[in-house]
Amino acid sequence: MQAEQTEWGEKSKSGTMYLQFYINENGDKVYTTKKESPLGLATESAHPARFSPDDNRARNTCVIITAASLGLSPSNSYKFSFQLCNDCKVFQVITFVCLQAFQRVVIGWDKDVESSQVTAVSCLSTMATRNLGGFLVLILAFTICGAATVFQPISDSHRSTALELFVPAGGSFGSLEETYEAVRSFEILGIDKKPDISSTACPSVLETLGSSSSTPKDLLYALRVNSILKCNVNEELLKGIVPRLKAAVNDASSLLEFYYSIGSLVLIKDQSSDADVLLVDADGIFHSIKALSQSDGRWRYGSNNPESSTFAAGLAFEALAGVISLASSEVDQSMIGTLKNDILKLFDSIEKYDDGAFYFDEKAVDARVHHGPLSTTSSVVRGFTAFAAVTSENLKLPGDKILGLAKFFLGIGIPGDTNDFFNQIDSLACLENNRVSVPLIVSLPITVLSLTKKDQLKVRVNTVLGSDAPPLTVKLVRASISGSRDISIESQDLKFDKESGSHVLDVLPKTLDVGKYVFVFEVVLHDSEHEEVFATGGQTQVPIFITGVIKIDSAEIAVLDSDLGSIETQKKLDLAGENVVSLSANHLQKLRLSFQLTTPLGQVFKPHQAFLKLRHETKVEHIFVVGNSGKFEIVLDFLGLVEKLFYLSGSYDIQLTVGDAVMENSFLEAIGHIELDLPEAPEKAPHPPLQPVDPYSKYGPKAEITHIFRSPEKLPPKELSLVFLGLTLVPFIGFLVGLLRLGVNLKNFPSSAVPATFAILFHLGIAAVLFLYLLFWLKLDLFTTLKALGFLGVFLLAVGHRILSHLASTSAKLKSA
Amino acid sequence: MARSTSNDAQALFHSLRSAYSATPTSLKIIDLYVVFAVLTAAIQVVYVAIVGSFPFNSFLSGVLSCIGTAVLAVCLRIQVNKENKEFKDLPPERAFADFVLCNLVLHLVIMNFLG
Repeated sequence: MQAEQTEWGEKSKSGTMYLQFYINENGDKVYTTKKESPLGLATESAHPARFSPDDNRARNTCVIITAASLGLSPSNSYKFSFQLCNDCKVFQVITFVCLQAFQRVVIGWDKDVESSQVTAVSCLSTMATRNLGGFLVLILAFTICGAATVFQPISDSHRSTALELFVPAGGSFGSLEETYEAVRSFEILGIDKKPDISSTACPSVLETLGSSSSTPKDLLYALRVNSILKCNVNEELLKGIVPRLKAAVNDASSLLEFYYSIGSLVLIKDQSSDADVLLVDADGIFHSIKALSQSDGRWRYGSNNPESSTFAAGLAFEALAGVISLASSEVDQSMIGTLKNDILKLFDSIEKYDDGAFYFDEKAVDARVHHGPLSTTSSVVRGFTAFAAVTSENLKLPGDKILGLAKFFLGIGIPGDTNDFFNQIDSLACLENNRVSVPLIVSLPITVLSLTKKDQLKVRVNTVLGSDAPPLTVKLVRASISGSRDISIESQDLKFDKESGSHVLDVLPKTLDVGKYVFVFEVVLHDSEHEEVFATGGQTQVPIFITGVIKIDSAEIAVLDSDLGSIETQKKLDLAGENVVSLSANHLQKLRLSFQLTTPLGQVFKPHQAFLKLRHETKVEHIFVVGNSGKFEIVLDFLGLVEKLFYLSGSYDIQLTVGDAVMENSFLEAIGHIELDLPEAPEKAPHPPLQPVDPYSKYGPKAEITHIFRSPEKLPPKELSLVFLGLTLVPFIGFLVGLLRLGVNLKNFPSSAVPATFAILFHLGIAAVLFLYLLFWLKLDLFTTLKALGFLGVFLLAVGHRILSHLASTSAKLKSA
Repeated sequence: MARSTSNDAQALFHSLRSAYSATPTSLKIIDLYVVFAVLTAAIQVVYVAIVGSFPFNSFLSGVLSCIGTAVLAVCLRIQVNKENKEFKDLPPERAFADFVLCNLVLHLVIMNFLG
C-alpha cells in the first residue's frame, strides 16, 4: 500500500493559495500575500506546479479530471488529464483525506477569484503529514468522459507568465522576429513595457529599414515592430523601400516571397500617410498566388514544390487579403469567391478533440520546418480573419468551428515556449475581433458548491481575451445526477450581477442533495442581431460537485462470541469526536463495527471509501472494506482471519476511514486498540511481510565485524628446539671423528700447480653452491637462485671435469704402470 | 641353548668385523657418511615425534635430504666398489662427479621446500 502512495504524484496548484512572490529590482524573490507587487505588476504564486501523468488506474467511463490553465510555472502548463475511477476498489486511503482537505481549500479560498483558475485540491502524500502543511495541490475542472471541458479565458496568470517568458537576453530580444513576438504579446495582454524595449529595438528597426541589403522578411518584421512601438521612422525612409518591395512582389515566385513583400507594403500603407503602395496589377498577383493552391484548400510553397501545407494556406490567405486591400482597382469578385470556397474547403479538413476543440494539423511532415497543430492553426486563423476583415460580404463559416478554434487555443493553458505563447495570444486576439463570428466562452470560477456554506452557482461569459460579452442571459437548462437520467432542476434563469460580472443562481433548490451533477447551461443573447456576430456554442455541459456534511450516527463497536453470537463487549463510538476504545478478543470471537451515514437531506449516503485498518505493533497492516447494506457494518471473524493476520498476537490499532469527494467531513479516525490473542503459528505459516527499512539507515554505522584469526600453532619451547639442533650436529661431529680414525689423508691431492688450482677451484665451487643455497633459504627467491646456479653450475662443471679427468688419467697411468 | 646362541652371535659379530676391516678405506668413508646421514634423519624424526609436525614441509625436507644423500652415497659406493663387475669400466671419478651433481640438485630442491 505504501508503495502506491507516490503514484498519484504531485499536482499543480492555482493562484488561490495565499503565498505569492514577485521579483524586485535587484532580481531577488520577495514573498508576499498581496496580489500586486510594489512595481505594479501581478505577483505569482510561490507554489510550484508539478504533475505525474502516468496514472495507470484508468477505467472506462470514469470521471475525467482535466486540468485547466495553471499556475505560473511556464514549463509545464499544457493541458493534461488523468482519470480517477469511481468504482475502483483499490483506491488510496490517502486521497480521501486529500479530498476532504480539498473541500476545505475550495470553500475557504474560492471567493472573488477573478484571475486564477478553478478549484484547488490539496493532496497529501502520506497520512502522517495530514496535519502538516505539506500539501501538493491539484487543479481540477470536472467533466464527464467525452463531454465538455470548462475553458477559461485569458487571465492575469497569462500576463505574469508573459513577463517571465519574454525576457530580453542582454537587453535586446535577439532577432526582430522575436522582438515582434514579445511586443505583440505585451500589446495584446495590455502590459506596458514599451520604454525600455523601444530603446533597444528601435535602433535595430531603423537600421534594418535603412539598409539596402535587408530581405523582405527582415523588412516585414521591422515594420511590424515599428507599428507597435511607434519608433520615429522617417517618411522618406519608408517611401524609399516601397519601390524595392514592389519589384519584389512582381518578381516573386514562391509563396513566402509574396507574403513578406505584400505584408510589408500593407504595413507601410498604415504607417506612412502618402506612400504610393497601391498595386497596379492586383489581379495578376492574386492569380499567381492562387495558382499555388491545391484542390483540398491547402497551398504549396512554390511551383516547384509538390508538397502542400495547411500552414502555407494560412500565409496565402493573409497575402491575398493584403492584395485585396492594396489593389488600386477592384479585384475580380469571382476570384474572391473562389478564395472563399478554398477557405471553406480547408475548414472541411479541420480536426477535433473530444472536448470540443477544433484545430488544423499538417498531414505531410516536412523535414525542414515542422509546424505543429498550434502554429498551423494560428496561421490559418490569422489568414482567414485578415481575409474576413477586407471583404465586404460575410464569410460563412460555422460558428461552432470558430468556437472550437477558440477552445483549442484556450485549452492549451499557458505555454512555456515564447513561440507558442505568441501564437496562442495572437490567434486569440484575431478571434476576439474577427468579422466572421466572435466566440464567447462560458466559464465557471468554481465547480464545487458546498451546502453548508450555502454557495452560489456563478457562471461567467466572456470573450476569449476576457472582455465583457454583449447583454445575454444564461439559462440553466437542466441539472441531473451524473450517470442517471433523473432531472433535479429544470429551466432556471441566472441573474446577472453587475459587480462581479457573472451570472448567479441565487439559491440552490432545496431538493439538491450532495453528489455529482451535470449542469447544462445555455447562453441566450438579448439582441437577435448579435446571433450572427457571436458564437455561443449551444449547450455547455459542466459537471458540478455539491458537497455537504454527512451525519454519522449510531456507531458502535462490539466483540461477539463466534458460536453464539452473544455480545461480550460493546462500546458506543462518537465518530465525530475522539475515541480511545480498548477491547480484547481471542481467535474464537468476532469484531463488529457498524454505523449509519445520512446526507443533509436525510437520504442514506454511500461513500466511495469505507475502510477499517488494523495495525499491529510491529507495523504490519491489514485493511478491510466496510460493507454497505442499508447501514454500514463490518464483521471480522478472527477464526478465519488468523492466517491472514500472520498469527501475530498482541495489540492492534484500529483505524476507520470514511471518505468521498462530496463528503465535507471525510475522516480518518483512530478508534482505539484491540488486544488479540491468536494461536501459535504452525511451521509452514507465511511470515508477515517485511516492513520497509528506513532508507537512510544504510548510511549509518554498521555492525562491527569481529575478525577471527587462525589461532597460532603451539610451538615447542625454544630450549627444546635448540637442544635438538645441537643433537643434530652430533652425528656430523661423529662423522668427522670417524674420518680421522680411518686415516683420511689428502695424499691424492695433486701437487703440480695447474691441477692444484683446479682442485681448489672445484672445492670452492662446491662451497659457493652450498653458500648460494644458504642464501636462497634465507632471502633469495628461486629465479635469482637459478640464475646464479646456472653460472656457478657451468663453472663447476668445467672445473670439475678438468680435475676429475686429470685424476682419472693419473690413476689409470698408475694402474697400467 | 642360550649360550650357544650368544656364542654364535659373538662369533658372527667377530667374523663380520674382520671381514669389514678388509674393505678399502674409501668405501669405509662412504659407509661412515651413510651412517651419519641416517642418524641425522633419525634425530629429526625423534624431534618431530616429541614436538609435533607443525611445519611439516620443514620436517619432510630435512628428513628427505638426509635420506636422499644417504641413497646417493650408497649409489656411489656401488659404483666405486672394485668388486662389482658391472661397473668395472666406470672410472670412480665419474661416479664421484655424478654423486656431487645429484647431491647439488637434491639440495636445491630441499632448500626450496624448506620454507
